[in-house]
Amino acid sequence: MSPVLASIDWTAWLLLIVRVIVIFALVMVYLVLVIWFERKAVADMQTRIGPNRAGPFGVLQTIADGVKLLLKEEIIPETADLPVYLIAPLASAVPALLAFAVIPLGPSVTIAGHTVPFQISDLSVGILWILAMASLAVYGVVLAGWSSGTNYPLIGSVRSSAQMISYEVGMGLGLVAVVLYAGTLTMSGIVAVQARHFGVPGLTWLPKWNLFMQFPAFLIYVVAAFAETNRPPFDLPEAETELVAGYHTEYSGMKFAMFYLAEYMHMITVSSVAVTLFLGGWRGPIFPVVRWLWPLVWFVAKVTVMIFVFIWVRATLPRMRYDKLMAFGWKVMIPIGLVWVLATGGIVALPPAYGAWRAGAIVGFGVLALILLLGPVIRGGPARAPVEAPTRGVSG
Amino acid sequence: MESYFQSYGVLLGLLVAGVGLVAVAFVAARVIAPHRPSPSKLTTYECGMDPVGEGWSQTQIRYYIYAFLFVIFDVESVFLFPWATAFVRLGMQAVVEMVVFVVILAVGLLYAYRKKVLQWA
Repeated sequence: MSPVLASIDWTAWLLLIVRVIVIFALVMVYLVLVIWFERKAVADMQTRIGPNRAGPFGVLQTIADGVKLLLKEEIIPETADLPVYLIAPLASAVPALLAFAVIPLGPSVTIAGHTVPFQISDLSVGILWILAMASLAVYGVVLAGWSSGTNYPLIGSVRSSAQMISYEVGMGLGLVAVVLYAGTLTMSGIVAVQARHFGVPGLTWLPKWNLFMQFPAFLIYVVAAFAETNRPPFDLPEAETELVAGYHTEYSGMKFAMFYLAEYMHMITVSSVAVTLFLGGWRGPIFPVVRWLWPLVWFVAKVTVMIFVFIWVRATLPRMRYDKLMAFGWKVMIPIGLVWVLATGGIVALPPAYGAWRAGAIVGFGVLALILLLGPVIRGGPARAPVEAPTRGVSG
Repeated sequence: MESYFQSYGVLLGLLVAGVGLVAVAFVAARVIAPHRPSPSKLTTYECGMDPVGEGWSQTQIRYYIYAFLFVIFDVESVFLFPWATAFVRLGMQAVVEMVVFVVILAVGLLYAYRKKVLQWA
């Protein structure tokens, strides 16, 4: 064996490849389940049955749909700009997969003398990678709409790109606040920061998740995430009542399947980022049975809760009007984000003598934001006309 | 912590694998799916009407203005990230400097607001 070959640590590379394949497979299985879960949950909320034929409770519905899309004729309109038309689904699906690579699914484990992180790649600039991939997702939308060579997709894609870039700024500001507070850009480092517990008597059981310490940032991030993934109530790009199907109107068969896959993959990624940055990542109580599995269980459980929120909002809120959407992004999200970033910076940079005040100030701001946001909701909204209470039974 | 090249090499590998996966799916569809084009199938979908005129229509100028604003604020957040990791070592002075920087840009946003650039229609 030549010295070059001998110097390569084959076990390390093997572990690396196995790790990537395992995580990739997990994500794909989870993706299939999420699509089924959404359809089933939305069906329940609308008192429908939802998919129930393919497999037990219709679990295999997604796979059946995939096979169907594979067998469908693919129609490429003659006005399409062919190379761009083919690149668009690729540019939509691949960044969605890549963004997930920096999410830690559990602590590092030691196998055969090697420390293996339970994530595809622990980049030193993890958060920037997430933002970069979120930006690349815009290309898939724009190219798809433009290359179809017809009106509805073009309008859908132009709208969508304006929406995505507007909310990307807000999302970036939310993430900056977390970085400020955590002091690191790596995803595993941010999870480690949230391992601390509150020092207040009576609350020592409560982990110091960034959700509590960075509540306004969490709100900004989640709202921006809805807009970034083009999910309701911000699904303007595919507003079917006015734009047919938006940017993917002219796509069919497998090419459409790629857009569909990308949408759900984005949803999983933004939920995982929310869990990692705000909800303590994979951390949770570890019970003395199969100890290594618990981090993954907690992570999946938290991500599923986030995804349920996405589905819940979809089933509850009507679509926003476009001018209101843009106004909200630029006049509310970005100013609040800027103020919050500066406030966090000021509080974190306080001299150590004010240590005890820091946590109090941050939580106080969070509570203030919560009151300001939820106050109008509880009071029924200041600008709305009083609504007569419906005289219906308890079941209504 | 893994080496620099290893952590980016994995991402490169994943990129190749992702592109490969999509390409395989496209080729499989090409092989398996039927392909019987006809002139009316190949027209674009406009709710059953015959499409009229060019597909690439003009769009509102506002989108362009939003793109400009986006560049300004996205570059701002790119500046904020390195500051966010280093400012604890630099102390209160760094915070004040960043406040000045952000306020200058916020005045720009306020100007756009007052000029009714952010007002749609």
